[in-house]
Amino acid sequence: MKLTVKYFGLLAEVTQCSEEQFKFSGTLISEFLEAIYLKHPKLKEKDFQAAQSNEIVSKNTKITQAEIVLLPPFAGG
Amino acid sequence: MNRYNRHIILSEIGQKGQDKLSKAKVLVVGAGGLGCPVLQYLAAAGIGTLGIIDFDIVEESNLQRQILFGSSSIGKNKAILAKQRLTDLNNTITINAYPKKLTHKNALGLFKNYDIIIDGTDNFATRYLINDASIITNKPLVYGAIYKFEGQVSVFNYQNSASYRCLFPTPPKEGTIPNCSETGVLGVLPGIIGSMQANEVLKIILGLGNVLSGKLLCYNALNNQTTTLIINKSEAEINKVLLKKESFYKTIEELNCDFYIPEISIEEAFKKKNIQFIDVREHDELPKVEALNPIYIPLSELENSLDKIDSKKEKVIFCQVGIRSKTAVSILHKHNINKSYSLKEGAFEILEYLLKQEKLYNPENA
Repeated sequence: MKLTVKYFGLLAEVTQCSEEQFKFSGTLISEFLEAIYLKHPKLKEKDFQAAQSNEIVSKNTKITQAEIVLLPPFAGG
Repeated sequence: MNRYNRHIILSEIGQKGQDKLSKAKVLVVGAGGLGCPVLQYLAAAGIGTLGIIDFDIVEESNLQRQILFGSSSIGKNKAILAKQRLTDLNNTITINAYPKKLTHKNALGLFKNYDIIIDGTDNFATRYLINDASIITNKPLVYGAIYKFEGQVSVFNYQNSASYRCLFPTPPKEGTIPNCSETGVLGVLPGIIGSMQANEVLKIILGLGNVLSGKLLCYNALNNQTTTLIINKSEAEINKVLLKKESFYKTIEELNCDFYIPEISIEEAFKKKNIQFIDVREHDELPKVEALNPIYIPLSELENSLDKIDSKKEKVIFCQVGIRSKTAVSILHKHNINKSYSLKEGAFEILEYLLKQEKLYNPENA
């Protein structure tokens, strides 16, 4: 499956892109994360949540959409 | 009342809606980038009682975005100044200024006096404190947070909706997410996000439209994209907070929650040039680490010994395990002494490291 992965906040700095195409053959968000960590090892050090179909999902959710958003918490005010 | 005429002539608001606003009590935590626009619009809108809690003082670098303040504000407390400015804007409302830190001890008592809480803080320790106190006192929390050119907005804990912990259950690892003072922020961004927060407050009070609860709005100022994500409520996370209810006020504050403490490893420290090592343990604590040629200033004497600190050098502060050194860095930060790092290792580990290095370079000693 070809996924579009969007990176919000400082995740875009870690991966050096705000959006990319990513080929993936697994089924769960957790498997996707393992795969994306191989491409961007520094992502593993960051806290973030994953969303698909405009819904924040847990790691054991099945991937059903071609677009995944990764969003970190923001500190600033 | 002529002041609110443009509200009152809106059929969706009318005098009835305006009366609701004048009866409402809203507490804004943090009068910074987000707090300033929120406060300005809520005061102008005629929110009957506004509370402002902020311990911090205005710095020149705040003026780029914290629009309630001016050059004459520098060095003065933000909560008090905000009250002065807002009283001029609208002297028909009640404004309470609390020039102090929000703590576990004072949060519940304070929140109980208000209907809606607004998060305008710049650090995670306070953000989680506000979230938890809102859950315990059952108050809606209008959340906003920013990073460089991006912002997040949501309404938590509103009519049984999700909380911040349902989105991010635990605070991020210390030092992994920088705030505005470390990474910079586009000045207008908190204006946009803060205005969105003020809008949610008015909608809650007036019962208008769809409140942004159970959803997180993500805004990107560079490409004008907004993404709204559904946040599912986690009863488990909320129950964990409710279980802490009785002991909440006794929770010890995390140190230095207003600023992220730069840490450095001994290995990284040695790569730097022109550094001053500072040992902040008491004079009788062992082992001494003479090889670093440190200056000795016990933590208890630090504030009175600032003259011993070399402003031209980078400071690397250590102690027995790496906790007091963090406090020391935050004390120096408070006195505007920057370029200070807390050493991750304690005295024993430093000695171990030095010994290992020595063996590496002088094999005959091994």
